[in-house]
Amino acid sequence: MAARRSQKPVMAPPYLVNGETGPFEVVIGLEVHAQVISKSKLFSGASTAFGGAPNTRVSLVDAAMPGMLPVLNGECVRQAVRTGLALGCTINRRSRFDRKNYFYADLPAGYQISQYEAPIVGEGAVEIELEDGTRKAVGIERIHLEQDAGKSIHDLHPELSYVDLNRAGVALMEIVSKPDLRSPAEAGAYVTTLRAILRAIGSCDGNMQEGSLRADVNVSVRRPGAPFGTRCEIKNVNSIRFIQQAIAFEARRQVDLIEAGEAVVQETRLFDPERGETRPLRSKEDAHDYRYFPEPDLLPLVLDEAFIEACRASLPELPHARRRRYETELGLSPYVAGVLTADIEESLWFELLLAESAKRQGKPPREVAERAANWMTGDLFAALKRLDRTIADSPVTPAQGAELLALLADGTLSGPLAKQVFEIMLETGENPGVIAEARGLKQVTDTAALEAAVAAVLQANADKVAEYRAGKEKLFGFFVGQVMKASGGKASPALVNDLLKRALG
Amino acid sequence: MAVDHEMVARVARLARLRLAPAEVAPLAAELNRILGWIDQLQAVDTEGVAPLETVIPITRAWREDVVTEGDCQADLLANAPAAAHGFFAVPKVIE
Repeated sequence: MAARRSQKPVMAPPYLVNGETGPFEVVIGLEVHAQVISKSKLFSGASTAFGGAPNTRVSLVDAAMPGMLPVLNGECVRQAVRTGLALGCTINRRSRFDRKNYFYADLPAGYQISQYEAPIVGEGAVEIELEDGTRKAVGIERIHLEQDAGKSIHDLHPELSYVDLNRAGVALMEIVSKPDLRSPAEAGAYVTTLRAILRAIGSCDGNMQEGSLRADVNVSVRRPGAPFGTRCEIKNVNSIRFIQQAIAFEARRQVDLIEAGEAVVQETRLFDPERGETRPLRSKEDAHDYRYFPEPDLLPLVLDEAFIEACRASLPELPHARRRRYETELGLSPYVAGVLTADIEESLWFELLLAESAKRQGKPPREVAERAANWMTGDLFAALKRLDRTIADSPVTPAQGAELLALLADGTLSGPLAKQVFEIMLETGENPGVIAEARGLKQVTDTAALEAAVAAVLQANADKVAEYRAGKEKLFGFFVGQVMKASGGKASPALVNDLLKRALG
Repeated sequence: MAVDHEMVARVARLARLRLAPAEVAPLAAELNRILGWIDQLQAVDTEGVAPLETVIPITRAWREDVVTEGDCQADLLANAPAAAHGFFAVPKVIE
């Protein structure tokens, strides 16, 4: 791991789509819809909890019953401002809600309340890092607050669609990037980084399976250096892998069109993960005429400095700052620091492991950090992967991990014994000290007992001892193995080495 | 701005209103009269006058983030033309 620090990043060549007439550059912008973490909806007191029987987490406001009026949820405002600050964006002291008008069965009002001309958050930037270590700033255009729609289910009845409004009215932040991304890998790194930041500050849980984070992907192609081409928007892509696949397919499709002498038509498309292709979604030419106008039922959203400062003060350490701290204060390699700060839950687990390790071993964190980090990213992550678990439901607690590391550090356990104890911890959830004691897995450091074992081994293998003394030095390993075997694997390898050298020397 | 017949037909389509051909011309005339009145208002010099958004100074009329509503499925579905298994049931809308 330490070697990685000195490695110079190798710059990857730019991502180009090669057509028959030459290379094309891909231009990508993302609109990420992130569900705000709040108990109740953006404009009503209905619950935002995922799931539930259909139409049970719905108020009369969400169902757009006549005469119902929206009242803004302050927590959603606070979360949008915190998100804007975490992404280095300007916060607009004055913003406004607008109605976006369209008809669909899961949009009961016939309009979505969104923010069009005056969003709550303005420009900012996110730094992404690619696998080869290159870094790039990706501009944020704006973040606005809006309502989610309900859910239509088309496959329960041959002639009918079923509508569930439980999601209707849940607060979303739409985070709009500038068209700064140039490859599927950059788009993937951007969403990964964004997700880590949102999770770290607790404004969105980032759960892509449940749709808490999804993206509309704008893709166009052009000759390198030429003006932007006509873009297509791929709607509602709900995994990072699909985002990348959709971009690669769409870029190729557009290049093929252009080379065939046809024009790219600006349109909305959807990504079909089973076929790995994009298809046109809305063909009606006026489907995009949303006739926005200011929402007459809501006042302009005015923020004062005290509110914004309180939001700023509530932000925890952000992933990139934490990573830098792990490198400088704890002396971890950039790679390990990156792994440990990619997810907030894993970071917090590591912080507990580190604090507990330092306490148990009576050393400053910096001195126990590398071992703790290597054990967590190595043994623990491998075990979690094997058990198909996340850190949140790890069978081993940080305190138990720290106890194991302490037993290893003070010589109670050898490396192989620690691995054995760890396996038992995973199965039983018992503390490592208890396991080592009860199952007799402690390292034998009793010199007298080991000396007897050494003597027995040498006596039983007198012929080999003679060969060794005659110069066949590689037999040393054989003697070590025999003594370890005699001790049931519990002998301290260092001590066995010492004793053997003395006995043979 | 003048509204022509084509614009009336387009706005009606977007608003899901079905207009008989005979209704288009009178509607265009009515809309043009409304727009003419707006033009008249636009003639007033409002330079330096902030828009009046509310007559009482309300800021931060925000709600607390607590769950206070919901669990009224039967009421929600009571007026729906069709419902099944707790869902609203509508003619199939899939593209």
